[in-house]
Formats: sequence, C-alpha cells, structure tokens
Amino acid sequence: MLKRTSYLSHSYDNPEGHTLAVYEQKGGYQSAKKALGISREAVVEEVKKAHIRGRGGAGFDCGVKWGFMPKDSAKPAYLVVNADEGEPGTFKDRTIMERNPHALVEGCIIGCFGVGAHVAYIYVRDELHLSKQRLWEAIEEARKKGYLGAKPFGRDYPVEVYVHTGAGAYICGEETALLNSLEGKRGEPRLKPPFPAQFGAFGCPSTVNNVETIAVVPTIFQVGGEPFSRVSALHDFNDGGARLFGVSGHVKNPGVYECAVGLTLRELIFDLGGGLSTGTEILGVIPGGSSCPVHRPDEIIDVPGDPRFEPYNGKSILDLPLGVDTYRAVGGMLGTCCAIVLSDEADPVLAFHNLMRFYRHESCGQCTPCREGCGWMERIANKIVEGTATMAELDEISEIASNITGNTICAFGDGAAQPALSFVRKYRKHFEDYILTGGKSQTKRLVA
Amino acid sequence: MAFTLSVEQERELEAILSRYPNKQAACIPALHLCQAANENWVSPEVITFVADRLGLSTAHVQGVVTFYTLFNRERPGTHQVWVCRTLSCALRGSDQILGHCKKRLKVKEGGTTKDGKVTLRTAECLASCGTAPMMQVDKTYYENLTLEEVDKILDQLVAD
Repeated sequence: MLKRTSYLSHSYDNPEGHTLAVYEQKGGYQSAKKALGISREAVVEEVKKAHIRGRGGAGFDCGVKWGFMPKDSAKPAYLVVNADEGEPGTFKDRTIMERNPHALVEGCIIGCFGVGAHVAYIYVRDELHLSKQRLWEAIEEARKKGYLGAKPFGRDYPVEVYVHTGAGAYICGEETALLNSLEGKRGEPRLKPPFPAQFGAFGCPSTVNNVETIAVVPTIFQVGGEPFSRVSALHDFNDGGARLFGVSGHVKNPGVYECAVGLTLRELIFDLGGGLSTGTEILGVIPGGSSCPVHRPDEIIDVPGDPRFEPYNGKSILDLPLGVDTYRAVGGMLGTCCAIVLSDEADPVLAFHNLMRFYRHESCGQCTPCREGCGWMERIANKIVEGTATMAELDEISEIASNITGNTICAFGDGAAQPALSFVRKYRKHFEDYILTGGKSQTKRLVA
Repeated sequence: MAFTLSVEQERELEAILSRYPNKQAACIPALHLCQAANENWVSPEVITFVADRLGLSTAHVQGVVTFYTLFNRERPGTHQVWVCRTLSCALRGSDQILGHCKKRLKVKEGGTTKDGKVTLRTAECLASCGTAPMMQVDKTYYENLTLEEVDKILDQLVAD
C-alpha cells in the first residue's frame, strides 16, 4: 500500500527546515510539552500503542523496550541514540539529522522522560560532520528556549542532550559495541545478558534506540499512539506508523521517501524510485541494508496457516508489504527498509564479492568464527572472481557462513552470513559459471 | 617534543569532559580534538597526553587508537579524500571514480601525493547511498559525482 506521509519529512525541501523557527511553525515541541505533562507510565503506554518497531534494523518494539527500564533504580539511567548509520544501502537517519534535527532532540526529551533518564547521548559516526553540526545547533536552540536544561516545559525533570562522536567503525552500530565506544573503549560488542536496560552505559540502566525511532516519537504524541499505529497497513502485525524508506542502486530516482508502513518493494522501486535506471529486469533486491538476505523477484510468497498472509500468498516477494514480521515469515529480514536494487546488468558474483570485502574489513575481530570466517569468505570470493576457485570452495562458503551464524557475541556474524548464504544459493548458476568457464556469460560489471 | 593544546582547545577539552560521568568516556572526542590540533595524526606524544589527562594507561589509549579507522597513526596529506566503494556506490560507478582519482593524483589507495597535499583513501559505506557515487573531502560530502566534478574538486585541492 503506497501512502506518502510527511511526519518526519515535512520540511525536507525547506533550506531552513533544520531551524527551530520552522520546526515550531509545524507544531514542534508541543508533543514534548504534552508528554511531560503526564506520568512516565502513561508516556510508555502511549508509545506501546503506536507499535513502533525499531527502525535500526532489529525491529524490536520501542514501547516495550522502554518498559524494560527499571522504575526505582539507585543508579542514573541513560538514553542512547544510535546514529552510527553505516549499514550499506542505508542513508535515512542522516536526512533526519541534517534536515529535521529538532525532531530528534524533541524525541530525546520524551525518550529521557519515558525511560527515566536525565541525559541522552546521540552517538553520531564521525564522518557525518553536517549532522553533528546541525544537532549541536538544534540542542543549543532548544536549550536557549528552556526546552532542555533544569526545567523543561516547567516540569522539574532536568534533561540534557549531548552529541558523542565515533571514529570510524561499522561495528559501533551494534548497541553494546556502541556503549563500549561511548565509554571510551574499543568498540567491541558485549555479551548479552546483561541487557542494556540492566547494565548499559557506564554500568547503568540504558536504552539504545535508532535515530528514526526516537525522531518519530513526537509524532505519536501529536496524532495519538493508536491512530498513528493505524496509519500503517500492517497494524494487525503490530507494526505501526510511518517510516523512511530508502532506495538506491539501479533505480532512476534513488532517495528517501516517507510512507506509511506496509509499502511493497514494487511500489518503492517503480512508483517512488521511478523504475530501473539500467537493464530490463530486476536481478535482485536487498530489502534493508546489506546484512539482509537478497531476494529474487521470482520468489513466491507462501505462508500457510496465517490468514493475514492470504492476500499475498502466491504473489511475488516484491508485492509483500515491507514489515518486520512479514519479512521474517518468508525467511527474509526487513532491516532498515533501505533497499539496494540490482538490475540484470549487474553481476551478482561481483556484488557478493563487494559485500564480502565489506564484512571482512568491518569485523571487529573479537570472535574467532567471524574474524576468520569473514576473511576466509573474502579470499574465496577473490578466487571466484579471478576464476581460480573450485566447486568445493563454493560449497565451503555456505559451510563457513553457517558456522559463523549463532556462534558469535553479536549479530554482525549473522549479518555477514546472510548475504553470503543467500547470494550463493540464489545465484548459484552465476557462481558456477565463474568456476567452470571463468564467468564467460556473466556481465562482469556492477554498472551498466 | 611534548604535545600541548592551546588555551582555546583546553577549554574545548574541559567542555567535553563535563558531558560524561567519568573521564574515560572523553577518550574518543579528546583524541579527535588532539588529532585535529596535531596536523591530523595521533603521534605517540598525543597518546601520552590523552592518557595523562584522562587518567588512563597509554596502552588503553593506544588500543582505542588502533581500533578505529579515523585515527591516523601517520601524518596524512593536507587534505584527505575518501571514495566510498560499498555496494550502492559500486552499482553507480565508484570504481571509475576511484580509478580516476588514482590516475589524477598518481597515488595508490592509502597513498599521499608527492607534494603532501592529498591522501587518497577508500571508505566503506558513508551513508550516502541515495546520492551515489560519492566522496568525502576532509569534512565535506560530494555526492552524485561525475568525473568532471571529481576533476574540479581535485584541481581545487591541488591548487590550495
């Protein structure tokens, strides 16, 4: 279902959209005022009703996560916003920070109140210099107005928001690695449990949320939790609201589009993305960042026993609404909702090779299966592309990837294994052609 | 020679320290501050300075420096150029952009031009997939690149 919305992107086209003046014209900071006028429990309940599934890729319900925070902890609590956007194909959070930073700051005020924190840290990757600048400016503007500080909106509940910078490490987008990095350590993930809600930043209860998840919180208090959830076509799947959809790769109009949850890939690629920029057919789509399995357009939806899937069964995966649970049910992963589109001009073996290099480069090296496995898969990928690999090595990729899955501290290992397994399985013919003929019938390029 | 910060930079460091419940958390921001004040690299003197000011061991600070890619352990060129080469950019021609940069600057990936003006690097996803291909020059993103635009940008850097 294609339904454009503008809760977050209302001022994206306005060159002054990042300023407080424009944000307040659009009703900015009224939600924070409203939220700070009710109880903490009522805030969490309202967020639960909106069924906001985490926008960073894992898809965990935001309200439920906030509910995990202890009510009467002797230690301080922290809200940590994950702005370490670096998942290949994902570029939506940057648009919020650059073009609507006040939505994030207002979300932080409500978020702090909801989780019982007085300080929020926004962990921004260092490369996003404009984002950091816009956020600091927004924080300063909000502080001057008294929205941040000792008594926001007249309530005796001090809130401070700080921007913290990373220093170039994809793994710091993993929440516990991010916490270590925030604490001034190497960004290596921690074992869970204990979960951040018990033992997070500085050993205190913490909630880590994605930028978009927090930035959309003010909308919940503007339109109401339940009505906002119903904006989505997947309200019945407890997947509510609207979100930012990105599309990149071989489409005519790559970019970020805000729509109600429940958009399909076909709508994203053809109606919003303008169709393929090159080639005649879609070779594959990675629906939400490179750690999701790739999908071929000829994959057919078949989820028996669930009446909610009846309208979709028998159709192409391109017609399945993009939702956390809909994609999980077909063996996929929604991720960040930023799709990478490959036309039939692109060589899937080279795409695989590109991604394997990425994961080898970004593995933090803490767990052996991931550190060694990612390097091993890249070396095999190199050999395949050079035309010197054997069939046995092709099968080895699946074996290595399966041995990484579930055997590492964090989800990075699974994130590297998913594309490896799916590319090799779904484009086996192309891989075998490289091994048997040196890739004679392949396009051997990624660009047209 | 021991590394020191200017009065203004010291004030900046104090501001950073005030944001966190302990000194260690300031490690990465402090390293950024010092790197910028030290011709864009983290020398052993910088590590000693940061460790000393934050009450950490030099081993800890060294560990942090070696973990993150944006701390330079050697002095880079006056300008740093990063060409993104991950899948979305690769699908829109980042290989040609990178190849062109190498040829124009006569350096390999990670290399610095003979005059010390430009260091060319590759980067993994810089969150600019919708405007690929792209490159980052110092603190600025250049998006939807064509080879002509790359030429203009590089001309400017070399002339500086």
